[in-house]
Amino acid sequence: MSLNEQDLLDLYQDLILDHSRYPHNFYEMEKAQCQAVGHNPLCGDRLVLYVTADEQGRIKEASFQGQGCAISMASASMMTDLLKGKTAQEAEKLAAHFEQLCKNFKPDPQFEAMMNPEDNARLDALAGVKNYPARVKCAMLSWRTLQAALNPAQNQTVQTENT
Amino acid sequence: MDVLKIRKDFPILERKMRGQPLVYLDSAASAQKPRPVIEAMSRFYEQGYANIHRGVYELSMSATDLYDQGRVCVQRFINAAHEDEIIFTHGATESLNLVASSWGAANLKEGDEVVLTQLEHHANIVPWQLLQKKIPFKLRVVPIKKDGDILLQDVLEALSEKTKLVSVAHVSNAFGTILPVKDIIKAAHDRGIPVMLDGAQAIAHETVDVQALDADFYVFSGHKIYGPTGIGVLYGKRAWLQSMPPYQGGGDMIENVTFEETSFLPPPARFEAGTPHIAGVVGLTAGLNYVTSIGMQNIAVHEDKLLAYAHEKIGTIQGVRLIGTAPRKAAILSFVMEHAHPHDIGTVLESRGIAIRAGHHCAQPAMESMGLMGTARASFGLYNTFEDVDSLAEGLRAVREIFA
Repeated sequence: MSLNEQDLLDLYQDLILDHSRYPHNFYEMEKAQCQAVGHNPLCGDRLVLYVTADEQGRIKEASFQGQGCAISMASASMMTDLLKGKTAQEAEKLAAHFEQLCKNFKPDPQFEAMMNPEDNARLDALAGVKNYPARVKCAMLSWRTLQAALNPAQNQTVQTENT
Repeated sequence: MDVLKIRKDFPILERKMRGQPLVYLDSAASAQKPRPVIEAMSRFYEQGYANIHRGVYELSMSATDLYDQGRVCVQRFINAAHEDEIIFTHGATESLNLVASSWGAANLKEGDEVVLTQLEHHANIVPWQLLQKKIPFKLRVVPIKKDGDILLQDVLEALSEKTKLVSVAHVSNAFGTILPVKDIIKAAHDRGIPVMLDGAQAIAHETVDVQALDADFYVFSGHKIYGPTGIGVLYGKRAWLQSMPPYQGGGDMIENVTFEETSFLPPPARFEAGTPHIAGVVGLTAGLNYVTSIGMQNIAVHEDKLLAYAHEKIGTIQGVRLIGTAPRKAAILSFVMEHAHPHDIGTVLESRGIAIRAGHHCAQPAMESMGLMGTARASFGLYNTFEDVDSLAEGLRAVREIFA
């Protein structure tokens, strides 16, 4: 198998394809505490992200709706799974960590050690986009939308095409 | 036409992408450059470069000659009646903007209508919308058929006494539809309405004769006809151009300047303020000479064969739906696939060295009319082969294996 084929199989592995075909947490949340829109106008991917936390400030529900490619859908699906039980601060750290992975920068080993192995495996699967720089924006869209949702002072529609 | 010999003229086709031989199917976005274009431009920069006009030395005079010869070359290529009907711009986009802001501002008033079609490229929509912020005229949009066609009948229905201009694509960049432009122009002229054609996609695929078409304005970009980026053409009938105010102000376009009053040169200089893209004109000239040496008619026949082959070969792959199947089409194959988003199709193809485009192709209203966010688009140039289509078909079967 050529290196190319391996990269492609890494990117479109079953875990990713399953999430894109049958996305988790794919619904509109009527009384969400925070929400934001992610929209990449050049490629047309668009999603709305909803987040609600409990009294302790831990995310108890995260969901999304929208349309896009396999990568952006799988990323949003896996992200909303990962967010449950995390504080806003933890969620932000996770987003920053994921961006490092996608851009093929060395992630913080301490942070990685703190995460549970299953979450690490999920993020690693998504980070297959690092071999396809044109697609990093697809994987990042939901995460950037999360940052906007958690920081309501910011513009509530974000994109990842010119970053 | 010997395609294998032609391919040798394009150095980039020898390179690999992702370790695979490059299969370039994105000429509708921009065509690759043959050696004569690359060499003409390097030769000019190495041995012939100087600014044009008013230079009192040999280099400047010979550069001016090359620039002027370029205008004559374009004039002949599209069979314009006069040399001064050719304006050099940055590209089709700037040409459209020039007409919208100069002709539009001088000729449109409240209540007037400009007729476009639903398959226009954003470059033939947005300049008019910008002008609408200054003049409250209306845009009338001719609807698109399910197969991506535009019918003469529907254009006729959009024409009225309010219509001041029809501005339509010659060939659709999203679906490849060839519009019935000759009939549209005839019908519009019968009603005294001028017509502008956006020839960005047509120019490299068929012989364009602006006098036979009787177009009032015709625009195209150099880079889509194997020339460099940053150079384009606005053709306008002499009477129109002479009646139009300047588009930009600057050097090279004035007759006399004082702080009280400035008078302007006649066209084409009136519309070419500032130092132009001289090397771009040199490259465009080389590009037009190159396709002329092969023969536009031969190119059209070759691309028609490729398109027919691709329609059959790609259109019959399970899960593939062709978007744009109008009876008259040019060199563009737009499609969607079950279970696979256009961007994912693009990534799988890229891993096999195949370059296509995915998205709305700067024609969002056209996509919307088909109920789509975007398509995958393969497009052909004179250097493409039947084997390229076979590679695409194999690639799409791989896409299906992954996603279906």
